[in-house]
Amino acid sequence: MRIAVVDYGAGNLVSIGRALETVGATVTLARDGAALVGADALVVPGVGAAGPAMVRLERHGLVEPIRGWVRSGRPYLGICLGMQLLFDGSDEDGSTTLGLLPGRSVELRYAPTLPHIGWNQVERRRDHPLLDGIPDGADCYFVHSYAVAPADRSIVVAETAHGARFPSVIASDAILGVQFHPERSGVDGLRLLANFVALVSARSAGDPAAAALAGGR
Amino acid sequence: MLRRRVIPCLDVADGRVVKGTRFVDLVDEGDPAELAARYAAEGADELVFLDIGAAHERRSTLLDVVERTARRVFIPLTVGGGVRSVDEMRDVLRAGADKVSLNTAAVADPDLIARCAARFGRQAVVVAIDARRVVAEPSGAAAPAWEVLVRGGRETTDLDAIAWAARAVELGAGELLVTSIDRDGTQTGYDTALLRSITSRVPVPVIASGGAASPADFVTAIVEGGADAVLAASIFHRRIHAIAEVKAAMAAAGLPVRASREPAA
Repeated sequence: MRIAVVDYGAGNLVSIGRALETVGATVTLARDGAALVGADALVVPGVGAAGPAMVRLERHGLVEPIRGWVRSGRPYLGICLGMQLLFDGSDEDGSTTLGLLPGRSVELRYAPTLPHIGWNQVERRRDHPLLDGIPDGADCYFVHSYAVAPADRSIVVAETAHGARFPSVIASDAILGVQFHPERSGVDGLRLLANFVALVSARSAGDPAAAALAGGR
Repeated sequence: MLRRRVIPCLDVADGRVVKGTRFVDLVDEGDPAELAARYAAEGADELVFLDIGAAHERRSTLLDVVERTARRVFIPLTVGGGVRSVDEMRDVLRAGADKVSLNTAAVADPDLIARCAARFGRQAVVVAIDARRVVAEPSGAAAPAWEVLVRGGRETTDLDAIAWAARAVELGAGELLVTSIDRDGTQTGYDTALLRSITSRVPVPVIASGGAASPADFVTAIVEGGADAVLAASIFHRRIHAIAEVKAAMAAAGLPVRASREPAA
């Protein structure tokens, strides 16, 4: 099972690559659209502001291949900024992002400190196989100032409070997103990545158990 | 609720963990990746590596240590020491660090903070401030003041530490690592007045550093100093106190802490 981790020149890819390998995936770094061919799933990490990230994705010729990937219903896991980029745009710099899910990234409201840095609780709003085996309220590691405000609230799987509550896990068919860093969230983060790998494997094998990634939510 | 973090700090020189008193008299305390794995298993919420080695052999040794650590430890890693440019920060992040701390280079070139924040986001930019109390003239102001030191606490500047903290945040620092040079390595407790002076001025999280001796000191840094996270080195390296003891004291004081679910190393 091969996962393409999108590498557009920002941040730490060692951790996410190593974490995915630890849970049994083969990882390749995708620096252009061609590198997505043959992958079973796409993981888009990223930290920082949306505008510069979109510029770099564009420069690497990755914007349209990623849009095509998601629109064809193949599995996508966005981490932190990689989740925010799925939506229409970001209030941080007014940038336009991938536009694959309706909604925007907005600054955390009523936050006692910004950025929101550290371990915080992921509170489940509904069940999803991505969270199998992870206790409700598990602590995961966050580093961000903005979070998504989806137009369709039904995609919110879990929320976290720092001041106001914000979506910390979303799922819309095969489009998955987490605001925290599973590769930096200890055993629970590794479990989430293992769940993702299992979902992708089941889907690749045509297993009906993969319904969560194909069709119904 | 956001947890208050306990952060072991590993001072690294020539690829080994060292610790001295007031940045001198260094003693070898082990392999960084080994110690990092032990701390992760013991419930550390994050790790800080500060490279205090000589500049000429620093780069490749540090990147190797960061990469070896990032491959086996799944908690966040902040790395500092000698990073002077956006490109050097990129290299450290790509080796596996989540955040980079800037100190001397940011004092010499404050705009470096803005350039790094623009490139990697402010959440990846930690500004480390080494502060020393200024002894007031007998006729001087009553309020305490702190000056900024650079080059590992060896060199003074004309910067006021509180003003520099505010300026660093304006420029793009997403977090501050505030070390009391007076307290560092002395095990006499954190300088809570220094911490409070900074945490009351800036919106970003502040990591308290320098002087931890007992679990109660960590509680005081948070409750009285307003720190978001507490950092210590010697008391953990020498097993004077375990991370779990510190967290138990924090929990007993009503502070939110993360219950570690890591398997034993």
